Amino acid sequence: MARRVVVTGLGTVNPLGKDVASFWQAACAGESGIGEITQFDASGMKARIAGEIAGFDPEEYIERREARRLDRYDQLFWASTHQALTDAGISYEEDDPAAMRAGVVVGSGIGGMISFQNGIDTMRERGPDRVSPLTITQIISNMAAGLVSIRYNLFGPNTCTVTACAASANAIGDAAEIIKRDAADVMVAGGAEAPVCEFAVAGFSQSRALSLNNDDPQGASRPFDADRDGFVMGEGAATLILEEREHALARGANIYGEIVGYGMSSDGYHVTLPRPGGGGAARAMQHALDDAGLASSDVDYINAHGTSTAANDVTETAAIKTVFGDGAYSVPVSSTKSMTGHLLGGAGALESLVCILAIRDGIVPPTINYTTPDPECDLDYVPNEARSVGVSTAMTNSFGFGGHNVSLVFAAHH
Amino acid sequence: MDRAEVEAKMTELLVDELGLDRDKITMSATFEEDLEVDSLGVVELLMALEDNFGVAIPDEEAEAIGTVGQAVDVVMEKLGG
Repeated sequence: MARRVVVTGLGTVNPLGKDVASFWQAACAGESGIGEITQFDASGMKARIAGEIAGFDPEEYIERREARRLDRYDQLFWASTHQALTDAGISYEEDDPAAMRAGVVVGSGIGGMISFQNGIDTMRERGPDRVSPLTITQIISNMAAGLVSIRYNLFGPNTCTVTACAASANAIGDAAEIIKRDAADVMVAGGAEAPVCEFAVAGFSQSRALSLNNDDPQGASRPFDADRDGFVMGEGAATLILEEREHALARGANIYGEIVGYGMSSDGYHVTLPRPGGGGAARAMQHALDDAGLASSDVDYINAHGTSTAANDVTETAAIKTVFGDGAYSVPVSSTKSMTGHLLGGAGALESLVCILAIRDGIVPPTINYTTPDPECDLDYVPNEARSVGVSTAMTNSFGFGGHNVSLVFAAHH
Repeated sequence: MDRAEVEAKMTELLVDELGLDRDKITMSATFEEDLEVDSLGVVELLMALEDNFGVAIPDEEAEAIGTVGQAVDVVMEKLGG
């Protein structure tokens, strides 16, 4: 019998909250986590706003001595993973045979970019002999997975996905497939990004991707609105504990929902721009539905990629119409990036978490800052206020630079 | 800088820059066993000594440093004390 994969633990630290409960409360209240950048002096930047996690203290999760050796993206993933494992009631001693069947997949767009920047600064200013011996371990984008496997005794598959803004959607999909093919029973799956540094802000600004609405930080991320002008960068992490269904039932775990579909496609078009018409995105969504054995009419909520860039929101809207037909106009579609900003490699995991909570609570969080309709974006974007609506099945989309398209489908567990 | 000053400064940098537990730092404490400083931490330690004391410690001399006290010895020697 085919192995099924359920979600039994959740964790997150993001600009709206430092745990799942506070995040979800803020998201359903339609709050914005965006503000002026505080982590460095951004006065010389074109874009001077971001979603930062106010008051994140890594030492709540990590011994001081260890914490200081890590990049912020590692710290964020460690924190969300600690929460998720605690929520799932899972912990392994080093000699526990079950630990051999537990693994981790983490997605990050870039990895330790702050450390990368600082390391290069040090090398240029003080010479190669002053570069920290920790530089490489802080930079590499797999290390968040490595670290949690060390800390939490996860001795099964240990890997990472690096597909830009689709990275942690791939992480969750890949982790589910690892369980389905019986290579593990439990997988820590998620993503993290800590991109609030000069180099990343400058680079994304120059690629014309960021909102320059510096005068109105909380109004800057406005997916699907006619006045949108780019995405707002956000930092954060989210972790889902995926578990083989029988394994979860046998230990009496709380089951939030099931991951039922995973679809991927490539735009094969341009390094940053989506293929006009959204054909690539549509194929990812259709593949996910096919994988789930569901029709588009079965989907009760779409958590959109919805970055607030001119190009994404139009093409994603077109893609939804391609897949959903007339049903596109009745399915609620929202972009929580309107509130959190764009967590880049962490986005897919956080938005999967949103889908799971929407299923749990029957609440669809809104797209905030939606004031002026764009004729090319004419779906129901759940404007500005959360909506109570039964959600049995939810889809989330993640699209990354490079043309990586990923869709995931989650369903209530039966 | 006299030995007491070097010892005090050494303790501070081990706490502040390497994140070591102040209570475990004694002059006879070994970096590897007692303070659990790994191979990457040893490189950090040497860089911290060089930066904080304004000395240069070649690798062959660094290999002789096993305890906190021996690190103080090397620094004292470099400082001409």
